[in-house]
Amino acid sequence: MRVRVVKAKESSRNKKILIQTMAIAAALLITGVFILAIGHNPINVYSSMIKGSFGSAYRVKETIIKAVPLLITALGIAAAFRMKFWNIGAEGQIIMGAFGASFVALRFADLPKGAVLLSMMIAAVVCGGVWGIIPGYLKAKWGTNESIVTLMMNYIALKWIVYLQYGPWKDPASQGFPKIANFADSAILPKFLGVHIGWIIALVLVVVIHIFINYTKKGYEIVVLGESENTARYAGMDIKKIVLLATFISAGIAGLAGMIQASAVSNTLNMQIAGGAGYTAIIIAWLSGLSAPWMVVVSLLFAALIQGGSFIQTAFQIPQSAADIIQALILFCVLGSQFFIQYKVVFGGGEVRGN
Amino acid sequence: MEISLFLSAAVIAGTPLLFATLGGILNEKVGNLNLGVEGMMLMGAVAGFIVGFKTNNALLAMLAAGAIGALGALIYAVLTVSLHANQVVTGLSLTIFGTGFSGFLGQKMVGQVISDQVKLSLAPIRIPLLSKIPVIGEPLFNQSSFVYLGYISAILLFVYFLYTNWGLNARMVGENPAAADAAGIHVNLYKYIHILIGGAFCGLGGAFLSLVYVPAWQEGITAGRGWIAVALVIFAGWNPLKAILGGFLFGGLDILGFRLQGAGLSVNQYFLDMVPYAVTIVVLVIAGIKKNSLNAPPKSLGNAYFREER
Repeated sequence: MRVRVVKAKESSRNKKILIQTMAIAAALLITGVFILAIGHNPINVYSSMIKGSFGSAYRVKETIIKAVPLLITALGIAAAFRMKFWNIGAEGQIIMGAFGASFVALRFADLPKGAVLLSMMIAAVVCGGVWGIIPGYLKAKWGTNESIVTLMMNYIALKWIVYLQYGPWKDPASQGFPKIANFADSAILPKFLGVHIGWIIALVLVVVIHIFINYTKKGYEIVVLGESENTARYAGMDIKKIVLLATFISAGIAGLAGMIQASAVSNTLNMQIAGGAGYTAIIIAWLSGLSAPWMVVVSLLFAALIQGGSFIQTAFQIPQSAADIIQALILFCVLGSQFFIQYKVVFGGGEVRGN
Repeated sequence: MEISLFLSAAVIAGTPLLFATLGGILNEKVGNLNLGVEGMMLMGAVAGFIVGFKTNNALLAMLAAGAIGALGALIYAVLTVSLHANQVVTGLSLTIFGTGFSGFLGQKMVGQVISDQVKLSLAPIRIPLLSKIPVIGEPLFNQSSFVYLGYISAILLFVYFLYTNWGLNARMVGENPAAADAAGIHVNLYKYIHILIGGAFCGLGGAFLSLVYVPAWQEGITAGRGWIAVALVIFAGWNPLKAILGGFLFGGLDILGFRLQGAGLSVNQYFLDMVPYAVTIVVLVIAGIKKNSLNAPPKSLGNAYFREER
């Protein structure tokens, strides 16, 4: 019997959901085999992951705190990905945002709290944004590969923080231990319902970005440019300007995530400030189909995966690296499943009418 | 002589980059941008280390590294070639997978050192005559056989892509898969084979780190070298011979800080650590400015090929 693959006509919404559910089921199954192979009972591990991330009010709060930077950064990344600008540099943009915020927090802490926090946010957006607009400019001007440039800039940002931590910003009060001083109270974000207000900022951004991309002219231009550069050019759009704007927005939002982390989570600046959120957010943005509302759900899931992952680390002595493997396996399954949404497999010979 | 010592160290630091760059070239020549190089290097590094540590056999270790690298590439190939998944996201996922894979398998190996027996079988061999060339003779031709494997691979790949039928077919697949298909070339088979061999090269690059360069196990042993290799593919203009030059140049940058401090110059270590990354960006920009047909990327790089969409 002949097996052929043809492009499916518009997949129905139900079929899409069915296939994606199957992909996640397949991922759980493959991961289960992996967990079994390392000598644990997958059902136990899965249920403790859920318990570890949602089992008590405290754990739910921890999960939300982990979801905030992921969600905000994913929103930023999506703005660039819409344009098919593969910004892998959110990690560095978070770091530089945190750097900008820390500069304000360490120098101007005597101002009123509202003023300090607001200027920290502005500094973070500007520093993060600049870190994104550089690869944007290089891409627009010379077609430089943005994935590599943004990635290299992650390393540079990280070394910059190491330099500050061991050099000019080293806290003299820490008795020689290389750390940057803790922020004053005026530089720390307040809490709302037991969690720092970063979660409200994140939700507001979800709405703003959703409206920006789908209902504004600038957002539309970004999408068109992503679909086809030629179309954008024939329509008379200023391509360079769009690229610069989109990369600044994308990186600026990541920078804001850095400010929130520095202010509310670590209360200082250090090398672990981004902690891989910039990379995880790429996956979240992509898995959500770049749709802002979906990112809320997917970032919560990933936060639960991280939180549950650290829980099983203590409960079962399963190392953190196993969580990486599980993440990758889920990704592989979802990546593979896209094919079955776009194409259908036809059995039997004879004429097959595609589209 | 001081300069000779420095160049020799640059060659050693550059060899993992050379292997990974060759791996990247193999992928990209058939039209696949694989951002999983770092992940495949890590997989090869840990597999090579564990096999080398357990068997004390350098050859087995290298074979294992190549095989595991190819296995990582197989995941990528199934997803991007057969299932037309997005190459950028698939490559990134492969890097995450490789990071987890190496961290997981290597967790009990942290701090372990490769045995003298393996070190001995990968010890430098002085090549007569060639090593007598002034200045560059000693650094280039008094090295481990692993390094020589890198030169030989680069030269063979150069000849392969330029002068053999298979190599020309492979390039056609990367330039214009529809035309290649029409000419009777099995597009997907070519892609699979090149991606898999490319993965094996990346794995070997990682194994060079864990077997020769370090030679002990530490987590995240590649430290971003896979990403530099992705950039070096562009720097080399997809030319395996230029990959030798690029690899050693960046190997030199990698060790520059250490050497300058050794020479008693006061330089800031943290800024020197930034140099390879900053230079990579500069290199990319220059490659972008002087774009010409000789070192242009394969035309269908990054696109999936689906026969029914011709």
